[in-house]
Amino acid sequence: MSDQATIGIFLLLTLAFPAGAMAAAWLFRPAPIQSAEKRTPYECGVDTRGPSWMRFRVNYFLYALVFLAFDVETIFLYPWAVRFQALGLFAFVEMLVFIAILALGLWYAWKEGALQWY
Amino acid sequence: MTLTLHDATFALLALLTLGAALGVVLARNIVHSAFLLVLTFLGVAGLFLTLDAGFLGLVQVLVYGGAISVLVVFAVMLLMSEQAGQTNPPGASRFTRWAGGVGAVALALALGAAVCTTAWEPGSGPRPEAVAELARLMLGDYVVPFEAAAVLLLLAVVGAIILAKGEDGR
Repeated sequence: MSDQATIGIFLLLTLAFPAGAMAAAWLFRPAPIQSAEKRTPYECGVDTRGPSWMRFRVNYFLYALVFLAFDVETIFLYPWAVRFQALGLFAFVEMLVFIAILALGLWYAWKEGALQWY
Repeated sequence: MTLTLHDATFALLALLTLGAALGVVLARNIVHSAFLLVLTFLGVAGLFLTLDAGFLGLVQVLVYGGAISVLVVFAVMLLMSEQAGQTNPPGASRFTRWAGGVGAVALALALGAAVCTTAWEPGSGPRPEAVAELARLMLGDYVVPFEAAAVLLLLAVVGAIILAKGEDGR
């Protein structure tokens, strides 16, 4: 079996497993009693007040941007990490410089309070 | 047997991707559209994996499934209207809807024709491992562009923070 076929079978299993679990629960459970209490988000944080479809502050966008920069950095790190043994010291220093430049961005974000949670 | 399983995997992933992409257009709530877009990106990543382009699949998951999705979801969260059910209405005029549909079909036909008429030559000799080759080029021949990319990312972070802070009025 090829790797690609494994992906397909794995995908099918991940789709079938929750469906199977839900179907088994539906089959074996007693008839559910409907009540307002059952529709509350049980142990999922504080109950919401007012409409939950709302706008968020722009500050949360800053997290997204910092995440974005380091997400892209991961892509650059990956080939380097795969070939770490073969590339040697020079590549190691290059990568340190690369990370240092990006660490400046993190330092700036921190200084500007972009990591503050509101 | 192997070939048919491979084809089935491709068909399954293609169906998932196309279905999710259709959902992006048809969903009336733009938050649902955004999450279906993430599913579309992940489906494309799966297609890359079935085509033996592992690194490309990884980049697709990280950049599109991770970064671009986060940006889209955040943009929606920042801008969305309170009437969630009407945030992604169908196009206002009949003309734009038809033009979009016809344009999409024409593009699909053109791409399909290009794929069918190209004489694909099977590769000869051992194929170099894409990631290893990339690492060699990135950290060997193209060091300066590589470090410039870091500076570019730094500038993007700093610029975005300055802009967002300005909007906050402090």
